[in-house]
Amino acid sequence: MQSIIKIQGVSKTYASGFTALKSVDLEIRRGEIFALLGPNGAGKTTLISIICGIVNASSGRVLADGVDIVDDYRQARSLIGLVPQELTTDAFESVWDTVSFSRGLFGKPADPDYIEKVLRQLSLWDKRHSKMLALSGGMKRRVMIAKALSHEPRILFLDEPTAGVDVELRRDMWEMVRGLREDGVTVILTTHYIEEAEEMADRIGVINRGELVLVEDKAELIQKLGQKQLHLHLQTPLTELPPSLKPFNLVLSEEGTQLTYTFDAHQETSGIADLLRGLSELNIDLKDLQSKQSSLEEIFVSLVHRPES
Amino acid sequence: MNINGIRAIYRFEMNRTRRTLMQSIISPVLSTSLYFIVFGTAIGSRMGEIDGISYGAFIIPGLLMLSLLSESISNASFGIFFPKFSGTIYEVLSAPVSPFEILAGYVGAAATKSLIIGALILLTARVFVDYSIAHPFWMLAFLLLTALTFSLFGFIIGVWANDFQQLQVIPLMVITPLTFLGGAFYSINMLPEPWHTLTLFNPVVYLINGFRWAFYGVADVHMGLSLGMTLMFLLICLTVVWWIFRTGYRIKP
Repeated sequence: MQSIIKIQGVSKTYASGFTALKSVDLEIRRGEIFALLGPNGAGKTTLISIICGIVNASSGRVLADGVDIVDDYRQARSLIGLVPQELTTDAFESVWDTVSFSRGLFGKPADPDYIEKVLRQLSLWDKRHSKMLALSGGMKRRVMIAKALSHEPRILFLDEPTAGVDVELRRDMWEMVRGLREDGVTVILTTHYIEEAEEMADRIGVINRGELVLVEDKAELIQKLGQKQLHLHLQTPLTELPPSLKPFNLVLSEEGTQLTYTFDAHQETSGIADLLRGLSELNIDLKDLQSKQSSLEEIFVSLVHRPES
Repeated sequence: MNINGIRAIYRFEMNRTRRTLMQSIISPVLSTSLYFIVFGTAIGSRMGEIDGISYGAFIIPGLLMLSLLSESISNASFGIFFPKFSGTIYEVLSAPVSPFEILAGYVGAAATKSLIIGALILLTARVFVDYSIAHPFWMLAFLLLTALTFSLFGFIIGVWANDFQQLQVIPLMVITPLTFLGGAFYSINMLPEPWHTLTLFNPVVYLINGFRWAFYGVADVHMGLSLGMTLMFLLICLTVVWWIFRTGYRIKP
């Protein structure tokens, strides 16, 4: 599939000396929903800000629909809509005025019918005369989205769209994003909720400490996320793994006091019963055992520390 | 050219002016009127003419300049400082608008507001003082040039300022004293040495005198020099603004 955004070797070091991005390469496919996952401070917002023209890249370049975002900024930016993470709004403006302002700013002639459609879609029509300062946080978030959609962008960036948003609005937002995709809009969203990426994305990219650690189809990543680990603490240390336990692909800790068994929680049988039977046949006594699902943060950490393949 | 973009910024700024009519238009006109009442009508009647002009009329160009400078600066600086402060500047930065278009919107609106205030002050002055305008074309030219130049200067201050105090410091601590000491209320020829010579280093002297020449055909410095100084300051401001957009100074990391 043809890519709509091509990021080539983009790095960013801020004046403070902090390196937010280290030579990131990424291609976003036309019409997909791409989720960029990463812990706080990973570089998600910096990457989006560079593509949208809010931050200058230290090196590298970005193409949006084939045009350079710096050299041909007019063409590139008119394709892109951005919903930033912070709820930054003009407090004294009305909903209608602020959304119309955005449309004009992006060079589009006034189109009250279109603005009405966007406001209705986002359940903002009744609030069109309200001043921004009178709106709740969730409503403000909707207005931010309406502003980003006001100029009919082909690419939409949603930076942490559901941070601090109630369940209803989150569902609405997911619904809206799907609708946009049906209209052919490419959507790039950042999040640190794995659930959100699971629900929405076609592909997922994980970014950590300014590096893109992985880009994968959602289905494959979910497979990995489904893995659980069982830690078995042994009464007496083992020097090596008994041959009969080989099929379980166990990992023996360095001191020989702990066995780690990785299994797929989505599978019908976890294999735990077989493993425990095998251990008791070998008279290996257990002091303790615990199973746990990798949290997103642990997945990030394991991805970061994963050896280069 | 993104005409819709310019219009959007311009209209946004003018809406802000409309919302704050008391503070942005009425209050500067009122405070300048007080000067006319006190210095023009009350004290002015007891003062002699300067260069053949009654005192009340003599101070009009200077007073007009005083409000023009401070209003242009404060309006333009706030216009760009506030989005920077609140974060809404993200939208302007991410929009397909060129630096020129951004300036045309913000500075154009600030200059428009200054011109409105200038016109209102002139009309109000008429109530208290009798005056005439010898060179209407040049009067308008100086009015326009000053409004534009100092709106640009305000834009620079707004970009530079990191907080509300910095936003106020230049207009209050630099521009107001320079205007008061720049011959708004007196002819600089009335000053003894070395003050007379020192005053010639005050750029506002040239603005006020150019303006006064346009009104009454007399001034302390030659009109060409006034025009040259105004244009020079305009050029300096344009250069600084060009540099701001080229480097992204304090607006784009």
